[in-house]
Amino acid sequence: MNIRNEMKLSFPSKSCNESFARAAVAAFVMNLDPTVEEISDLKTAVSEAVTNCIVHGYRRGSGTIFITAKVLEDNRVVVKIRDKGCGIEDIKQAMQPLFTTAPDEERAGLGFAVMQSFCDAVKVSSKPQKGTTVTLEKYIAV
Amino acid sequence: MPQERKINMLQTDYHDNVLTAYIDGEIDHDTAARLRISIDGAAQSLKPGLLCLDFGAVRFMDSSGVGLVMGRYRQMKLIGGRLRVVNIPGHIYRIFAMSGLEGLGVLR
Repeated sequence: MNIRNEMKLSFPSKSCNESFARAAVAAFVMNLDPTVEEISDLKTAVSEAVTNCIVHGYRRGSGTIFITAKVLEDNRVVVKIRDKGCGIEDIKQAMQPLFTTAPDEERAGLGFAVMQSFCDAVKVSSKPQKGTTVTLEKYIAV
Repeated sequence: MPQERKINMLQTDYHDNVLTAYIDGEIDHDTAARLRISIDGAAQSLKPGLLCLDFGAVRFMDSSGVGLVMGRYRQMKLIGGRLRVVNIPGHIYRIFAMSGLEGLGVLR
């Protein structure tokens, strides 16, 4: 599938960059003329993925978060959010709604459930001690 | 001269044993941490019978908002009060609907 447009971002794993990341992805897809709901869904999913990099991937330490976003010919937006953090031992368990490894920090354990609900497809690949990549796909209606 | 309005802000109001926190802006992991400190500070000193979180001006929320509400529910239980969340915009309610919060009867 041909790529119509793409962009890359990298930034430090600071929680103040959560709003930057979701706003940047939203701005990138704005010329597809999305609905308010489509943009809100995409921003929410990106926010969840970036928060996971900060809270879990880098365990609040310092690291770099990488985002690539592509617009494909079929009006599909593909956003990859990658960290080089601790990785996930058991992806299936991590994706269970209400499962969290950080209950003390008032994490609801809904991150992956929200991504799945607000996107058309969510893929997770991870290697312990190497990092995690979350791929979000969302169609923007023409 | 009118005061400049910040993107994210919190205003609180207390009367008749009810503490209302008006949240304005975006709730994510970053802002939730600050909101938690401000709301808990007010609740700890006033010990209201009811803490009311007004979401009417919340423009964005991810699942950090669910954690914020769950945490305040527990805090209010500890001081013998109740929690209520009001004026939840529709797109934000979708996230609450995925949590167990509906069963607690705090969402209005």
